[in-house]
Amino acid sequence: MNWLLKFIVLAIPYFFMVLGIGIYMRVKPELGGFPFFYWYQLVWIFIAAALTFSVYSIENAEKKKGVTH
Amino acid sequence: MFSDLDLALFFAIVIIVLFAGYMAYFWRKPENMGAHEEWSVGGRRFGTVVMWFLLGGDVYTAYTLIAVPGAAATAGPGGGAFAMFAIAYGIMIYPIVYGTMPRLWNVSKRRSYITAADFVKDRFSSRFLAMLIALTGVLAELPYIALQITGIKYVLGALSLPITVSLIIAFILVAGFTFVSGLRGPALTAIIKDAIIWVAVIVIIVYIPIRMGGFGHIFSKASAVPGYYPLSINPVIAVGYSSLALGSALALFLYPHAITGTLGAKDSKTIRRNASLLPIYNILLMFVALIGIMAVAYYNKVPAISSEALPKLVMNIFPSTFTAFAFAAVVVGSIVPASIMALASANLLTRNVYLEYINPNASEKTQTNLSRGLVMVVIIAALAFSLVPAASGEIIYLQTIGGAIIMQTLPAVYLALFTRKLNKYPVGIGWLVGLSTTLIALFQLDFKTSLYKNLDFLYVGILALILNLVVVGIGMAIMKAMNKVKDEGIIENSEFNDIE
Repeated sequence: MNWLLKFIVLAIPYFFMVLGIGIYMRVKPELGGFPFFYWYQLVWIFIAAALTFSVYSIENAEKKKGVTH
Repeated sequence: MFSDLDLALFFAIVIIVLFAGYMAYFWRKPENMGAHEEWSVGGRRFGTVVMWFLLGGDVYTAYTLIAVPGAAATAGPGGGAFAMFAIAYGIMIYPIVYGTMPRLWNVSKRRSYITAADFVKDRFSSRFLAMLIALTGVLAELPYIALQITGIKYVLGALSLPITVSLIIAFILVAGFTFVSGLRGPALTAIIKDAIIWVAVIVIIVYIPIRMGGFGHIFSKASAVPGYYPLSINPVIAVGYSSLALGSALALFLYPHAITGTLGAKDSKTIRRNASLLPIYNILLMFVALIGIMAVAYYNKVPAISSEALPKLVMNIFPSTFTAFAFAAVVVGSIVPASIMALASANLLTRNVYLEYINPNASEKTQTNLSRGLVMVVIIAALAFSLVPAASGEIIYLQTIGGAIIMQTLPAVYLALFTRKLNKYPVGIGWLVGLSTTLIALFQLDFKTSLYKNLDFLYVGILALILNLVVVGIGMAIMKAMNKVKDEGIIENSEFNDIE
């Protein structure tokens, strides 16, 4: 995996958590009783995990094939 | 009230967990326990499962169980929903771990490093810079250990036990089992400890919302409390929220205890795998944080002592036997991390100060024994931090004080993993500027908080890190202008590659 692509994928959560504070600092719309502020961050737990896991899976597959960068 | 049986259960759990720590001495017992590498990083043998619990244990401490719910149960813009910065923080931890720790592990395995300062020494060819980084690590651990001790104090207080006596006992247990088993103690104990915490936490976060009529009801009841903001944060504190989350995430794996734990892995793949699995912990983290808001909803007011939010709520809602079990979970959840933190600090003092400057010919056995003695010293020094104002108010700030301090080692550790061009002088001066800024600002804030009011409540650690990086940047630019930029240190770039 290209190092720049890897860096970008791993950096995505930082944009949405740090710079995105203006997006999620709100109460509506609610979901299952949770204000937006909460479920936005709950959703990001899963997205961030999925992003890191996909980098891991790609790098692992590449290693098995013997691809090096 | 607690029956004698409840108290017996409480102590039985604590003692069994710690006894398992002692037994860990015999677990995969090496031929030579005197070897410092065996004692300090468990011989670098831990696989995915042990690492999951060992690193996950860095998340589930008194910080999560007492400090975060406490912050959530605090009135004003700095409480309520603001405590969720811990979730944003949790989300941002693991991409950094994924990007940096495998590289650090590879070079540490090749060169038998057990601390970040070992790496700094060779990367910059400077044992002095290494010592500064080591001492920064020890200083940063003290408030974090103090947070654990304070967490234990609140639980024992809720059990109506005499606090001084209990604290002394807790201290002896922590220091004692670290002393005997080294990293093996906390690693095995972390598994049992996490199992207990998971059971307690899941019961609490499932039962209380059901009993209280669901989250919608909890939020509407809590938001009716005057001066309390549980639904979302006040825009006034938005910069504080995001800078605290980012700063805490940048700081966590610079802490000596996190690095020591990581270096215990058997290979770099184990670290990568864990970095992609550990975020699952964050889901529980959010619900534990919500317990603070549940407490406010339950009492219709903000608790007088915020750190008692979780202990008191559990005590009021659950039968005393379960409460005793949950309290035991909090206590072991504080003791085990405190032990890892003290161990990591002792390693730094032994390796990067004593061995480097005082007795370069010390035998492995002497090093191990010295580290054991230093564990005691570090825990006693940490007790001093449990007297700062943050310890009796919002104890979450104890952790952020440690974070602001350790973050100033970021250029010397994280940046140096990716470039060989950094020179010790710009990095050293940047460190000095960053650490001075942190300490001056914390004194101005009387060690009550770590958010700088005059700058939109910016986290002191981030403010100092920015100045630190600017100084490093200017320093490197000056060196470039003088054509002095070259490959530094003795570590070849290929040494960061995976070991096959």
